Amino acid sequence: MTQYAILVYQPAPADPADLPKEEMDAHIAQEDLIKKMGGQIVAAFGLHPTTMATSIKGDVVTDGPFIEAKEVIAGFYILEARDLDHAIEMARTNPATWHAGVEIRPLFGE
Amino acid sequence: MSDVEEIVADLHRREWAAVLAATVRVARDLDLAEESVQEAYVQALERWPRDGIPDNPAGWLVTAARRRVLDAIRRAEVARAKLPLLLESEMSGGHDRLSLVFTCCHPALAREAQIALTLRLVCGVSTGDIARAFLVSEPTMAARVTRAKKKIAAARIPFRVPAGADLPERLDAVLSVIHLLYTTGHTAPTGEHLRRIDLSEQAVILARMLRELMPDEPEVRGLLALFLVLEARSATRTDAAGRLLRLEEQDRTRWNMALVDEGRALILEGLRPGRYLLQAAIAALHAEAPSYEETDWPQIVTLYDALLVAWPSPVVALNRAVAVSMADGPAAALRDVEALESDARLAGYRYLPAIKADLLRRLGRRDEAVTAYEAALALTENAAERTFLSDRLGTLR
Repeated sequence: MTQYAILVYQPAPADPADLPKEEMDAHIAQEDLIKKMGGQIVAAFGLHPTTMATSIKGDVVTDGPFIEAKEVIAGFYILEARDLDHAIEMARTNPATWHAGVEIRPLFGE
Repeated sequence: MSDVEEIVADLHRREWAAVLAATVRVARDLDLAEESVQEAYVQALERWPRDGIPDNPAGWLVTAARRRVLDAIRRAEVARAKLPLLLESEMSGGHDRLSLVFTCCHPALAREAQIALTLRLVCGVSTGDIARAFLVSEPTMAARVTRAKKKIAAARIPFRVPAGADLPERLDAVLSVIHLLYTTGHTAPTGEHLRRIDLSEQAVILARMLRELMPDEPEVRGLLALFLVLEARSATRTDAAGRLLRLEEQDRTRWNMALVDEGRALILEGLRPGRYLLQAAIAALHAEAPSYEETDWPQIVTLYDALLVAWPSPVVALNRAVAVSMADGPAAALRDVEALESDARLAGYRYLPAIKADLLRRLGRRDEAVTAYEAALALTENAAERTFLSDRLGTLR
């Protein structure tokens, strides 16, 4: 099994309070769904909206996200999958894909 | 070129993908596999003039390549695969080659990378030749190929043929890559280069390989058919001065009809699904035509050709003749109808003389038309049909 980081994107500022109920429910249902699909969520994290973020560029500390963008990271989780195809199969069930999307990034190390 | 060199060059053209795929299975590393296969071919060039050509040259190459792989691993120079591949259970032969193709065309790789990797690993084209074909420097192309292999290893893109549900989407990606190779080859500018590989040629090779490995896939058939029919015209695409010729200006006597026939056979094979579907298609063309004359008769004839394959009935052949009379004229249709007259299965079939009569009437052959209408009437009992035939007869007397 290989581990991937799944970066979950939402429209800025990615405030979970903005999520309609069905979307929130779908997020909650992810862990079981992924287990059913033969994978595992090793750890998962939800982030506060980018309005709560602080960035450091070089020496400068600023308020807000590192990159100003229409879609920003709302959370991430570590996914265990057999291979990339398996990871894709599971990651695409994430409700973030309804309005934004996800990024699949392999982790270093075995 | 000596005999051995010719044979090895031929093996390189025909067997590269198979030898590489078989070696990949043992090496579990794309770079190591590629190097080993390369060295095996070099070894062949050195040994065979001395030892003779082996009975199974491709098998010899695979064994030689695998031996080098195992040596490298044992020597612990490659303690751990640099670019490890995720392999599944032992499978062999065509499956390995297919796995190689699907891996090279994985959607996680950028389109440029898919193309470069497919040319390098499946077609065995050298990095330098690929670079020249795409007008970039060799180091740039080498870096592109290496990055792609790194991505396959790092992201753990599996070495396999995609499973059921994924297959259509993934196959479509493979076909797009091959099609892009073909069209790039087509419009590539001619120029002075040491040697340029013909991208269209590689595309056709890939399409043929895919057809061999996936004979039941309709779009695989379709892609190869498309290439063959286009290739048939390749000699006339430009004139002697290199100027582009339009379709209407091309010398059709120089078109390779053998390729067109091969393409046509593939197309018709693809249309084989169901006589009901084909009849529906014919009926739909009639229903959609704004007028009888504007009906797409040539298309209907083609559909009848396919219908005859699915349903070899003389009645279908007769109906086809009616379409032919509209697409190619009554004289051509009459030839087909006359040929059917000797078919015993149509004896007593009233529509045969009726159609023949109509064709003769349209050709102005009055007396023969009258005879045919009378023959039709003799076989017809239905009142409405009798009235129709009598009326036609009346106009001729």
